[in-house]
Amino acid sequence: MKNESIKVFQRKKKNILELWMTNQLADQGLREDLMSNEDLRAQSEELVSAFIDTLDDVTINDGRATAFEKVLDILSGISISRAKQGYSPRETGIFVLSLKDALQQVLRDEIKDVAVLYDQSQKISKIIDSFSIETFETFIKGREEVILRQTDEISEISTPVIRVWDNIVALPIIGTLDSARTQVVMESLLQEIVETGSNIAILDISGVPTVDSLVAQHLIKTVSATRLMGAECIISGIRPEIAQTVVHLGIDLTNIITKSTLASALKAAFAMQQLEVVKRQRQNNMVVNN
Amino acid sequence: MEKIPILRMGRFLLVTIQVDLYDRLAENLESDLVHMVRKTGARGVLIDISAVSIIDSFMGRILGNIAMMTKVLDAETVVVGMQPAVAITLIELGLPLKGVHSALNVERGMELLRSKIALQDGESQDDDIYHSIE
Repeated sequence: MKNESIKVFQRKKKNILELWMTNQLADQGLREDLMSNEDLRAQSEELVSAFIDTLDDVTINDGRATAFEKVLDILSGISISRAKQGYSPRETGIFVLSLKDALQQVLRDEIKDVAVLYDQSQKISKIIDSFSIETFETFIKGREEVILRQTDEISEISTPVIRVWDNIVALPIIGTLDSARTQVVMESLLQEIVETGSNIAILDISGVPTVDSLVAQHLIKTVSATRLMGAECIISGIRPEIAQTVVHLGIDLTNIITKSTLASALKAAFAMQQLEVVKRQRQNNMVVNN
Repeated sequence: MEKIPILRMGRFLLVTIQVDLYDRLAENLESDLVHMVRKTGARGVLIDISAVSIIDSFMGRILGNIAMMTKVLDAETVVVGMQPAVAITLIELGLPLKGVHSALNVERGMELLRSKIALQDGESQDDDIYHSIE
């Protein structure tokens, strides 16, 4: 004998969809700016028919059955695309959970026996709950993908090596230095040193919020690597707070040339290159002009 | 058996490593170089490793040894043309090659050697004499 509620659902497919749509549209948080009602209806219809088609005497008792794979695929697709479009978890949650309301409403109208009604709605409730858990999981996964991509982008764009003068390159570091970023920073700096043939590199850390022993370790590594290449490395942009932390942590930076500002680092670099910046004297110019 | 040539250029010795070094070759290079420094009385050794793509901890130590040995024989060692990947590997291995001077390319390396020697000679000889020789 076929389960009571499955028969009801198959008969009332249209009704369920309508009810679900009404539920969704009635919600305050409906995001018409992100998705048109037609798209929403298409999504909902696809999901409802997949769900009802999969329901049978076995699957109704087990929300995690493999038969639901198709439904879960559709759900995760919706969930990921919603995560990328910027829906909040609540809005995505309501999308799935409002289906439960629609299903139960139909059941209530059709099944008169209270005991059967309770039993059936319990089962439906369980299935939809497991669906919503799945939805949240994929939603978070979708978000994490976005975050991961942004992290990659940040680490790529945040290590520009600037050629400030002949044979002098500078690299402003912005953001926290972890091992992965140190690797990127080191590689791009060393590559640029080779390409430009520079013998002085300035690492500016004004954009690094905190320097702990690990970050200092990374900095020392970068400096040692540039030295191995045959270039001198100056660390600039050391704020008073960072100087304090470094000393309190007992990190030894005495072997590294450190300057407080990029300007003083540049001055030091000029001195190393035996260059001098002088103010042009007015009188001399006039003499030349005359 | 393969051998890495050691070229003499005035007061300096020039070594260009064009093949990937295996341990035996590196050890031979070390002893050849030290003997050569002794024989020629060279004041500087320039090792070009721009063609070397892999340096392991053993090679790193050999380079350090060469620098220290030549130092004892009153010659400076400059390693030139290290590739970025090699530099990163050495740092990750914890081998900052203490005592080894480095330069970006052969030209800079020669310059560095000259300035190092000029500095040392300046202590004993008159600077002007040195320049007139140059």
